[in-house]
Amino acid sequence: MVNRNCRATLRLVTLINRQGHPHPPLSSSPSGHISHSYIILPFSIAFVFLTVLCFYSGTGIDACWKQLQRNNVHGEHKIVSFFSPLASSLKTRQWGVNIQSRCYGSASVLVQRNPKFSKLNDEDVRYFEGILGAKNVIQDDEKLITANTDWMRKYKGSSKLLLQPRTTDQVSEILKYCNFRCLAVVPQGGNTGLVGGSVPVFDEVVVSLSAMSKIISFDKVSGILVCEAGCILENIISFLDNEGFIMPLDLGAKGSCQIGGNVSTNAGGLRLLRYGSLHGNVLGIEAVLADGTVLDMLKTLRKDNTGYDLKHLFIGSEGSLGIVTKKLLQEARRKLGEILSAFEFLDSNAMNLVLNHLEGARNPLPTSLHNFYVLIETTGSDESSDKQKLEAFLLGSMENELISDGALAQDINQASSFWLLREGIPEALMRAGAVYKYDLSIPVEKMYNLVEEMRSRLGNDANVVGYGHLGDGNLHLNVSTPQYDDKILSQIEPFVYEWTSKHHGSISAEHGLGLMKANKIFYSKSPETVKVMTSIKKLLDPNHILNPYKVLPCSSIS
Amino acid sequence: MKIMVAIKRVIDYAVKIRVKPDKSGVVTQNVKMSMNPFCEIALEEALRIRESGLASEVVAVTMGPSQCLDTLRTGLAMGADRGIHVDSTSALHPLHVAKILRNLVQIEKPSLIILGKQAIDDDCNQTGQMVAGLLNWPQGTFASKVVLDKEKEEVTVDREVDDGIETVQLKLPAVITTDLRLNQPRYATLPNIMKAKSKPIKKFTPQELNVEIKSDLEIVEVTEPPKRKAGVMVSSVDELIEKLKNEAKVI
Repeated sequence: MVNRNCRATLRLVTLINRQGHPHPPLSSSPSGHISHSYIILPFSIAFVFLTVLCFYSGTGIDACWKQLQRNNVHGEHKIVSFFSPLASSLKTRQWGVNIQSRCYGSASVLVQRNPKFSKLNDEDVRYFEGILGAKNVIQDDEKLITANTDWMRKYKGSSKLLLQPRTTDQVSEILKYCNFRCLAVVPQGGNTGLVGGSVPVFDEVVVSLSAMSKIISFDKVSGILVCEAGCILENIISFLDNEGFIMPLDLGAKGSCQIGGNVSTNAGGLRLLRYGSLHGNVLGIEAVLADGTVLDMLKTLRKDNTGYDLKHLFIGSEGSLGIVTKKLLQEARRKLGEILSAFEFLDSNAMNLVLNHLEGARNPLPTSLHNFYVLIETTGSDESSDKQKLEAFLLGSMENELISDGALAQDINQASSFWLLREGIPEALMRAGAVYKYDLSIPVEKMYNLVEEMRSRLGNDANVVGYGHLGDGNLHLNVSTPQYDDKILSQIEPFVYEWTSKHHGSISAEHGLGLMKANKIFYSKSPETVKVMTSIKKLLDPNHILNPYKVLPCSSIS
Repeated sequence: MKIMVAIKRVIDYAVKIRVKPDKSGVVTQNVKMSMNPFCEIALEEALRIRESGLASEVVAVTMGPSQCLDTLRTGLAMGADRGIHVDSTSALHPLHVAKILRNLVQIEKPSLIILGKQAIDDDCNQTGQMVAGLLNWPQGTFASKVVLDKEKEEVTVDREVDDGIETVQLKLPAVITTDLRLNQPRYATLPNIMKAKSKPIKKFTPQELNVEIKSDLEIVEVTEPPKRKAGVMVSSVDELIEKLKNEAKVI
């Protein structure tokens, strides 16, 4: 997205319309004359020039013909519009008086309308009115013009219907019906795309997500935002600004572009250098498939490795696989955020295990016993300023009684001995005997509750240890026993999975499903999602020879 | 009883050292610096003596440019009561350091000076011995155990020497230099870091202490040690003997 004056341009469009031009600012004039008279008599002259152009470029005349005829049928002021303007058109646009664009034939853009798509009829319109209410079914010409034309005025469709659903269910109903009737659909957000992806080519029904513009929730602890697809990016940015967070996505078109479109096109933007692409920042998506199925892949978890990560299919699919209706985003934190590189925690049981079983492990805070320990690491380019920041943060936290004590590593050796305490836990657990390992993504506030419940369930039979990536909401729950014992296992499973599922967590934050959790995916993923995963598996490995019995449940693959 | 501890800011022990392309020294730009490990051990020993009630105050001394204040603050965060910074931008060799320490002793009047046995950047192992010589005090170097007897005003030091362990008894005031196995230095905890911010640091310059920094030493060249040659696999005992005789010339 290069130019920032999209808002200015949009204002210009309305200005033009208000000036009473009977036409949209595009016409098929090859000579580029800017004269009012030209516009009055479009068809005869245009018609002639069109055929000439097509002849010279040596491409299908039929297509132009058909397009021209179509437009003649539908209205006097609709003109053929898929010829690319020159840069001069951008200049003329600024004048705001008589807009004209030079056009010439472009072989690559000629498309034919697929005859298998049905044509819209009144019955369809009435059905949509039944679902959405008459207000959200738009056939008004002016509004249709805006919806039919892309931001660059390069592409113009001829859709007769614009729908504005307000809920995911309405989108689902619309798509179910269109699928049944074989009506082509174009999902549309802010319509700021630059490659003609958001406007109809012919008479596809435009489904605009603009009415679904609610910010559903924002979790300040984890920095996770849930919002509907029609939220305008700038609104999201100012909302987050109030909360003290930064949106990882920013583009010039933010005044009009909607987040659903951003996600569907995997928009890059200005901050990609630091925050990475949307593939990394979008945690979950709710999308509606072509047949109306709603795929709920919205999980407010930083980490979730259960099954195939389908949301990535939709990010960047440009509306060709499904309509994105809601999304989850990760925000960047402001205080220590930019230099924070690790935020781990371990409980007292874990600390004791490490100190007992690993040589060279040293308790950094020997004078007092604590229930929890947090390891924080920062990485940056300026050591003294980072150290000051970290010290200021830690001392501030001590004053606010968020932490009771702490030790700061003064050199690299001390830093490695701190890391040994955290990284050595798995090894210490192995040395202590048998261990049942669980890797769960749980909302941060409830994370330790599971450990405590587990402790009360197992009592003295086992040593329940909790540690993990606190910064990501990822708990590594480990139950240490002298030997493997089925009785203890039955106390742990399926309680652990049910608890996690009840709190909308993931049964596998990072370890994956493998054999251990192959049949447990339903605790974290909906049956529809698993169905899509199974179809993809069948498509890519029809004989199921790759790593069988793992990842997906045996019941679905058979 | 006052204890003075000398600490030095050096390149961190875990950093990989690189020689400057012009061979005039070692790269110190953008390299992590921290307290000399032996100086940490020295400070830890002084703190333990104070915590056992045998000393009243621990003063940490450092010499060098203003960045040394970071190291001094670390020392204060570990628990030293006061800091002294001798500001000097020129290179300080052990004799200069020893002379400065001698003049500081005349101001501060400690009963015990504890230093690290050597700095890991120059590996001189000279400062402690020179200080003892200039002050005419007894010295216990390479200490692996220090036991202070306050009434008798004596300190018993176990020294790690090539033959084993040598135990010496020194009358106070004395100089001790610490070796690796003496103790394990403590971490700087947050409450102590907070307290360290308000501990006083006195500043001196070598001129104020009547020490002239004139270097008699000139560093001609600094080079890396020769790379270790790869070993040679021999296929039989005869070949081994032949190589030892002719190539290595040890038989």
